[in-house]
Amino acid sequence: MAQPVLEVKNLHIEFPTRRGVLKAVDDVSFSIAPGEVLGVVGESGAGKSLTGAAIIGLLEPPGRIASGQILLNGQRIDNLPYEQMRTIRGRQIGAIFQDPLTSLNPLYTVGRQLTETIQTHLDLSDAAARDRAVKLLEEVGIPAARERIDHYPHQFSGGMRQRVVISLALAAEPKVIIADEPTTALDVSIQAQIITLLKRLCRDHGTAVMLVTHDMGVIAETADRVAVMYAGRIAEIGPVADVIHKPQHPYTVGLMGSIPEFDSDRERLIQIDGAMPRLDAIPAGCAFNPRCTRVHDRCKRERPDLLPAGVSEAACWLHAGAAR
Amino acid sequence: MNPFVQLNNVSKTFDVSAPWLNRVLERKPQTFLHAVSDVSFDIRRGETLALVGESGCGKSTVARLIVGLYAPSQGSVTVDGQDMKSAAQSTDASRALRRKVQMIFQDPYASLNPRWRVADIVAEPIRTHKLITDPAALDKRVAELLGFVKLTAKDGEKYPHQFSGGQRQRISIARALASNPEFLICDEPTSALDVSVQAQVLNLMKDLQREMGLTYLFISHNLQVVHHIADRVGVMYLGRVVEIGDKREVFGNPQHPYTRMLLDAIPDLKMTGKARTPVAGEVPNPLNPPAGCAFNPRCPKRFAPCDQSRPQTVSFKGRDVACFAAQEATP
Ligand SMILES: Nc1ncnc2c1ncn2[C@@H]1O[C@H](COP(=O)(O)OP(=O)(O)OP(=O)(O)O)[C@@H](O)[C@H]1O
Ligand SMILES: Nc1ncnc2c1ncn2[C@@H]1O[C@H](COP(=O)(O)OP(=O)(O)OP(=O)(O)O)[C@@H](O)[C@H]1O
Ligand code: SF4
Ligand SMILES: [Mg+2]
Ligand SMILES: [Mg+2]
Repeated sequence: MAQPVLEVKNLHIEFPTRRGVLKAVDDVSFSIAPGEVLGVVGESGAGKSLTGAAIIGLLEPPGRIASGQILLNGQRIDNLPYEQMRTIRGRQIGAIFQDPLTSLNPLYTVGRQLTETIQTHLDLSDAAARDRAVKLLEEVGIPAARERIDHYPHQFSGGMRQRVVISLALAAEPKVIIADEPTTALDVSIQAQIITLLKRLCRDHGTAVMLVTHDMGVIAETADRVAVMYAGRIAEIGPVADVIHKPQHPYTVGLMGSIPEFDSDRERLIQIDGAMPRLDAIPAGCAFNPRCTRVHDRCKRERPDLLPAGVSEAACWLHAGAAR
Repeated sequence: MNPFVQLNNVSKTFDVSAPWLNRVLERKPQTFLHAVSDVSFDIRRGETLALVGESGCGKSTVARLIVGLYAPSQGSVTVDGQDMKSAAQSTDASRALRRKVQMIFQDPYASLNPRWRVADIVAEPIRTHKLITDPAALDKRVAELLGFVKLTAKDGEKYPHQFSGGQRQRISIARALASNPEFLICDEPTSALDVSVQAQVLNLMKDLQREMGLTYLFISHNLQVVHHIADRVGVMYLGRVVEIGDKREVFGNPQHPYTRMLLDAIPDLKMTGKARTPVAGEVPNPLNPPAGCAFNPRCPKRFAPCDQSRPQTVSFKGRDVACFAAQEATP
């Protein structure tokens, strides 16, 4: 396999608080090859967005990387000074944030924000930058882009703002894209269009994508591999078809079961009872053990690391072989 | 008996003209955007109506018109017999109306005050409407509301920025439930949630509806979720409702070509390898909608009448449809 574009090694993210240190991301490792899409799914609050924020160097204090490394094309970027990281961000790593409103400045027109970003990274005249901005908006499916480019963010619908953020991230054709819920606010047809666009970037430019989403349909269609996160750790990681159709970790099994389906007429959806533990109350052993249907003794004592499970890897004692 | 919620020929137009000076200097005309055009529908008490449709088709604008955040340019909205225009007044009846109708916003970040603790955010509607005055009882109620959405009383001590996206969405759901509303407008309430929390929230919404007779307007892009939660579905296209009816009818036997296309565009979770058919053609321009039926540039069934006039909404096969081709096919 080619050298990964992006590598995350043993990443730990902490929040120091008065009552002690909260571990929000606990020993997460993965890599993404050129042209590959790694899907990241998992419980709300599991640490997906924090992992993405750490990669682009925008972890908000008091949150901090406690240990671990992040490498871009083999070079460490987690310890770069702010200014140097700023030039990497946007040019080499594009970020699409979960929250479209906070990434847009309400006081400037959409066009001004786009042309400024384009001109920061590419040496283009005002007119050429504006043309490129219009083209980017068209690519993400904004109708009448040439007129609407002069509107303000609040004059756009939720999904349209989301698409502006996507075009901002793509403006400089970065090598890595961190996409945090890029399509949640979008209807199925625009979604298909954005995904086609992302896939084209991967294919034509060898862009590596970390795609965080709750939409399993989008994952099925876009991702090559999937990482499932729970309580700050990777519970399972493997090829997309295996994770969806042959989930190995009991949490993944529950997750897949909770998806509403068309051909089902059940009154209630299957749910995993209970909630993910608070960061200051992560149980001993496997963090999923209080909710797990297959919990056994060892789960309450020892924390499982990723173990081979089928073609995937799962952090679950059911795959310890001898321990069963 | 009148339906609980009634929209009568509601339209909303926004002035999106360039600033006056630019208009004069650059000789640009005034421009108006028709976000919602002539929308009428009813929601019965205890029922869930879902609205679906392309991004930018006017769903959130309909929601904001119903809660009274926007005044209709034309037409009227009534809830429980009261015109929502009166909701902004300071009479007792208006206050009661505001308590009855609550909204969960599409953007959970923008709708939570960053300087307030979560417990105060959730307690705010209770305080405003003086529903509970005893502090201990209030704390208990806030803890119960947080529990509904799988957060704990301890989470109430924290501020919104300390939560993940999905957790913030749950805070806004807890707040919306705080005033014991009768009618809840949910704009993409679960799209920020992972499927397991989504299942819990949807189950909770159904339980509340059964126990307290809540009425929902539910906006979502996720058609599987809509299929699960809704009794009736309305499909919007470029500011108009093009098909509305019982969920089983609309999903099972769609009559409008746009509804059919939407259903074909659903991502393929089973990974049968079937490429999904994206809705064909250009997304229409709301500043300058096509003449005749607004869907005609993308429609596979287009024929002469579609270019000449706008199709009227007609009831047949258990739903209302605005499409010439569908009407012709049905004698
Ligand atoms: N400033 C902060 N202080 C304390 N805890 C925080 C802070 N920011 C985030 N957290 C916690 O870190 C955890 C991980 O958050 P993160 O935003 O990465 O979740 P996520 O997996 O992206 O979830 P979602 O799917 O809901 O967006 C959450 O439990 C959250 O409460
Ligand atoms: N305050 C406003 N000023 C000007 N135009 C607006 C305003 N609010 C909405 N619009 C426009 O009205 C149209 C409908 O917007 P709306 O937010 O209702 O769409 P939506 O169906 O909710 O879309 P999404 O699924 O993307 O949230 C869009 O073209 C939008 O740009
Ligand atoms: S380690 Fe044990 S508790 Fe954890 S998921 Fe596996 S079986 Fe369940
Ligand atoms: Mg997140
Ligand atoms: Mg909307």
